[in-house]
Amino acid sequence: METLARGFGEAVQLLLEFEPALLEIVGLTLQVTLIALAIALVLGIPIGAALGLARRIPGRSVLVPLIYTGMGLPPVVVGLFTYLLLSNQGPMGSLEWLFTPSGMIVAQTIIALPLVVGLTMAAVQAVDPDLPVQMRALGATRRQIALTTLVESRIGVTAAVVAAYGSIISEVGAVMLVGGNIEGETRVLTTAIVLETRKGNFALALALGIILLALAFITNFVFYRLQLRQGGP
Amino acid sequence: MTTTYRLSGVQHVYGERCVVDIAHLSILEGEILGIVGPSGAGKSTLLRLLNFLETPTIGHIEYRGSAYDGDVPLSVRREVTTVFQRPMLLRRSVSANIRIAQRIRGGASGDALIDQWLDRLGLADLTDAPIRTLSAGEAQRVALARALVVEPSVLLLDEPTGNLDPYNVGLIEHMVRSDTDRRGMTTVVVTHDPFQAKRLADRTALMISGRVVEIGETEQFFTDPKQPETRAFLRGDLVY
Amino acid sequence: MRLRIWLFVVVGLVATSCSGDDASEVHVLRLATTTSTNDSGLLDSILPAFEEEFDTRVDVVAVGTGQAIELGQAGDADVILVHARAREDAFVAEGHGTERSDVMFNDFIVVGPTDDPAGIARLSLATDGFRSIAGAEATFASRGDDSGTHSKEMALWAETGITPDPNSGWYKSLGQGMGETLNFANESAAYTLTDRGTFLSQSERLPALAVMIGGASIDQNVDPALLNPYGVIPVNPDKGGINVDGAAEFVAWITSVDTQEAIGAFGVDAFGQPLFYPDSEAWRSR
Repeated sequence: METLARGFGEAVQLLLEFEPALLEIVGLTLQVTLIALAIALVLGIPIGAALGLARRIPGRSVLVPLIYTGMGLPPVVVGLFTYLLLSNQGPMGSLEWLFTPSGMIVAQTIIALPLVVGLTMAAVQAVDPDLPVQMRALGATRRQIALTTLVESRIGVTAAVVAAYGSIISEVGAVMLVGGNIEGETRVLTTAIVLETRKGNFALALALGIILLALAFITNFVFYRLQLRQGGP
Repeated sequence: MTTTYRLSGVQHVYGERCVVDIAHLSILEGEILGIVGPSGAGKSTLLRLLNFLETPTIGHIEYRGSAYDGDVPLSVRREVTTVFQRPMLLRRSVSANIRIAQRIRGGASGDALIDQWLDRLGLADLTDAPIRTLSAGEAQRVALARALVVEPSVLLLDEPTGNLDPYNVGLIEHMVRSDTDRRGMTTVVVTHDPFQAKRLADRTALMISGRVVEIGETEQFFTDPKQPETRAFLRGDLVY
Repeated sequence: MRLRIWLFVVVGLVATSCSGDDASEVHVLRLATTTSTNDSGLLDSILPAFEEEFDTRVDVVAVGTGQAIELGQAGDADVILVHARAREDAFVAEGHGTERSDVMFNDFIVVGPTDDPAGIARLSLATDGFRSIAGAEATFASRGDDSGTHSKEMALWAETGITPDPNSGWYKSLGQGMGETLNFANESAAYTLTDRGTFLSQSERLPALAVMIGGASIDQNVDPALLNPYGVIPVNPDKGGINVDGAAEFVAWITSVDTQEAIGAFGVDAFGQPLFYPDSEAWRSR
């Protein structure tokens, strides 16, 4: 109980002090998470929309279960895979991305991508199947139909964004393995929490956890406001 | 009088079932053609063929002198549009739903035109209202405005007033009639309600089991039908 | 209301069935220790003898020395087995533990990339090696996790008078375990300070690394600063809920000549040399 109270106190204090080391960790956390999220969205939304719209794609019966499996990928396995990919002996070792933010972004993109694809696909499939017919009757091209359907499923797509964001900002296994938790270079909030816990600095670890939750909450609050404006909930 | 559509030997098959089987049918420029008949008669499928949403299995549909096989040019497709029984609106505002039709055609968004249509259909107060707040009648009027704002030269209506109250039915029928007359639009209205055809159509056709059983001037169709099936249908007997 | 009564009945039944079985009740001893004793396999090898002899189940919490000490301070462990002498003494001085006893030692070594860019392989003292590394700004991987190994590394830096800066580029503070830090050093051609046991047990997977300072075995380690003693401390019974008898039995057992012999024999088969050297008072005066 005492540690908990101390943790909250320390969290408030840390935030008020604007300690540069903490700001750096928060900055890197947001940078890695948001870039990985952006890449996952740019790749994942069109793929998810295509899978949701075109129900007759060859290999679909294998692809879709594969994506569903990917949605539950253990981050630590993704981390291991990315580690081996980027290590000196690995096929992408020459990039020298192991233990860098770029490597962490690769791992987090791999974690987020199936979530974005799968949830976008589900969102698009949930749109009334007669809507594309109506759009075509209004003279829409295939591209316009796809775009309109995607926009119509925006509440579901926002949920995909929220799920992907939440899963990668709170992820620790992959960034620890691939990033290495190097102070001032690849240390993010989650790996810092693990470190401080191991050091026995429970109050500081808790403070960092509270900051992480606050970051997640603020972003989700913004997403939710967007969803409301889009005609949700 | 010129024809908008000329169908000859058109058959459309779903699986084993021939849902449309029309030996000959002409739809005339500027007329309102009412199509009545029991459900399952192939009326809706006929509209889908006329809107180029599907290609007939056998035979061809000549549209304004040209027959298209599968690939209908976009510009031709955009001369025709359909209002379905369900309005199929986007989860956006009323005005955004009307604007989408203009957007699809890449035309500059004519806000003045949108306002004009909202006004004509009694929706002026609902411009920014979200679609989910509309009543069924209001929603269907939005769907009609969305179709008419792009000034199609052919308007297809599939049970457009199926579940609506008399006020909304009257408003929609009035708007269809006046726009058809004003612009010389060709209109085909499919309805299970013979009285709607009687009020609205210049000519009326009866479809049963995919075939056009009888077609004629609306007044003659109702007062002096030639076919026994038509007489039975108009009496209210069950016909198949 | 009826549900609540049922709950009471169920809880009551469970409680009776547990306490009615007194004869075979298993005692539990909570041991907080460092990852090196657990990951090396030492505890798995010697603890079963203790568990059998004292009819006690040992719950091992293997964490960094910092967290192990914190667990003891919070009364969440009955006994701690760690290697950070100064902090162990402070733990006892502050009244969190009753008394510290020597258990065993192993040694630290400095390992680095085989091409040795800082040229430290010919040196015999760790502090000299650290100075050369800093001078050459060769990559150095630090545990950075307040572990015993990290404490030792900081003590060595303090002796050199150099304060390495984690933002300098060449000094990488990882905040990870020994295994991860060795992997990092292997991938990034970095020097690091490691306990010999962990390095030996992983050296097959670390082709890019070689021992720079400390020699091939503990006999060849000429730097006394690299010795790594482990101590055992029972947690102060005042914390409440402490298994006092179990802790005392454990301390007596692990420092006994028989157990010490087992510690000294562990690892000889696999690595050709012991990973830990017995060093209890009883062993030294046997």
